[in-house]
Amino acid sequence: MIQRSVIMSIAKTHLLSKLKQTIIAALGVTFGIGSYITLVSFMTGLNNMLDDLILNQTPHIHIYNEIQPSKQQPVDIYEALSGSLNMVRSIKPKQTQKKIHNAQPLIDLLEKDPRVRGALPQVKTQIFYIAGPIDLGGNLTGVNILQEAELSNLGDYIVEGSPQDLENTANAIILGSGVAEKMSLEIGERVQVNTVQGELFPLKVVGIYQSGISDIDNIQSYTNLKTAQKILGQPENYITDINVKLYDTDDAVGLAKKIEEQYGLRAVDVQTANAQFETGNTVRNLISYSVSVTLLLVAGFGIYNILNMLIYEKMNDIAILKATGFTGRDVQWVFMSQALIIGIIGGVTGLLVGYLLSVVISNTPFETEALPTIETYPVNFDPWFYIIGISFAIVATFLAGYLPSKRAKKIDPVRIINRL
Amino acid sequence: MENILEARNINKHFKKPVLFHVLKDISFSVKEGEFASIMGKSGCGKSTLLYVLSTMDTDYEGQLFLHGELVSGQPADKLAYIRNKHIGFVFQFHYLLAEFTVLENVMLPARKLAERSYEEIEQKAMEKLQILGIDKLALKKASQISGGEKQRVAIARALINDPVIIMGDEPTGNLDSHNSENVFNIFRELSDEQGLSLLIVTHDQDFADKTDRIIQMEDGRILA
Repeated sequence: MIQRSVIMSIAKTHLLSKLKQTIIAALGVTFGIGSYITLVSFMTGLNNMLDDLILNQTPHIHIYNEIQPSKQQPVDIYEALSGSLNMVRSIKPKQTQKKIHNAQPLIDLLEKDPRVRGALPQVKTQIFYIAGPIDLGGNLTGVNILQEAELSNLGDYIVEGSPQDLENTANAIILGSGVAEKMSLEIGERVQVNTVQGELFPLKVVGIYQSGISDIDNIQSYTNLKTAQKILGQPENYITDINVKLYDTDDAVGLAKKIEEQYGLRAVDVQTANAQFETGNTVRNLISYSVSVTLLLVAGFGIYNILNMLIYEKMNDIAILKATGFTGRDVQWVFMSQALIIGIIGGVTGLLVGYLLSVVISNTPFETEALPTIETYPVNFDPWFYIIGISFAIVATFLAGYLPSKRAKKIDPVRIINRL
Repeated sequence: MENILEARNINKHFKKPVLFHVLKDISFSVKEGEFASIMGKSGCGKSTLLYVLSTMDTDYEGQLFLHGELVSGQPADKLAYIRNKHIGFVFQFHYLLAEFTVLENVMLPARKLAERSYEEIEQKAMEKLQILGIDKLALKKASQISGGEKQRVAIARALINDPVIIMGDEPTGNLDSHNSENVFNIFRELSDEQGLSLLIVTHDQDFADKTDRIIQMEDGRILA
């Protein structure tokens, strides 16, 4: 049987009598846990920001009609030649329409799929922007702006004006920031767009779009789906792309494959489109975790050292306790409790320090042209980091205390008493 | 009178550095209320014998009875309990926990035993300190009192659980003659007035002469 109160009062007296060492040991843990929390929160915050920057602009599945040569040439189908080696040289794709055939029924079908959050129709086309004497090449995308704002983060990147303005204004356009700058256009002014077919079409600038990626901002603009169809002289069922948003991006690969097989369209999932990006993410996570684990290991060794020293100093105490009827387990618990007290106190202050540092970082201004939506450094305040942090502190101090305390348990009081 | 402590055919060997037969077939007993001392030259094995009798050293052959109950071969936790409840210890070098107060030092074994509440233990510890005339020191740190006082605190601690026997390993070896006298008188009183058994290892011929019985040891054997 263990009398916890006696054990605790001995442990407490030991710790208080060596207050400096105790504080240093606890600070080791505080430092380890604090830096773990700060590092992981900041790292994952940055990672999430980069995710948002790149991934949110890529749909989970992008469906479109790709111009490509037919995979099967007539000669392959002809039965009489099926056994022979048929060679067709210089195959060229034939001119097909860019529009997705029967797009609306496909969208309706996708929307019914429980994995799909939304399927967004788009009309993409190349145009020239014309304002005064300047003409610039670019891309114009017709979208259902309110739906886009809700399901993708498009709304976040409209730095001036709002999605509502585009919805409510006839023949309006949201210009890419690069385009607007080059042509000195501001909200309320007019820009003319020239289609590949040669039609000229005046549009009113109601917003500025800035993704943070200048290659995009220099060419990309948005308008309403209907306006885009009108500019191209196409009917309302003219849709060139469908962007699918899913609840879980892990479903993207399977669904994309199914769409390709079933409808003969090109469907690119987000994983394929951003394979290198994912690798970068993994590597960054790996770095932040290995740094954190190193810090915690160092803290653990600090505790191990200090307990070892303490046990050397307290040999006599251990012998007396054992001589007066304390069991080996009691003595072990005296030192285990000390390790755990150090771990818990150091861990909790570590969480506080980590939290405070994270708050400071998250309030530090971080303004960059490339990231219009970000004003301060991004920090991820995931409660899981705190749970992991305190658990690690306790587990590490437990392990660091275990070996020295086991030694204390085994100390033979007769040898200690005889030695003096 | 009843035997409090009985040793039967106890043999012990030191295996390091060379095999050495340190205790040779020792049999003797201590009766209730008896004040016995063990004397002998350095290295004759008297301290070793005491630690075997104290249950701290379990590496021996033979049988040890406390209160008629076989102690040899009991598990370590049971032995710790026996030491805690039935045996009081006084060492040559006081052996108090330096960072604790005198009162806390005295209370520790009783708090481990946990048969009484904290308040009762505190009261009892104060009584023991009073008997030994050091109740004024109760709240001082053990590191702040003199050698003679420390030894009296150690005796108070040995008494806290009302043991059946007190064992001492040269309890006066480190004290001047005045304090030695003092400690002896305390032991004498405990034996006469409370019927406590005492078994004290000593070098001090004067001390031994005043005890009820002298157990003389030589080369690991009891002579008389």
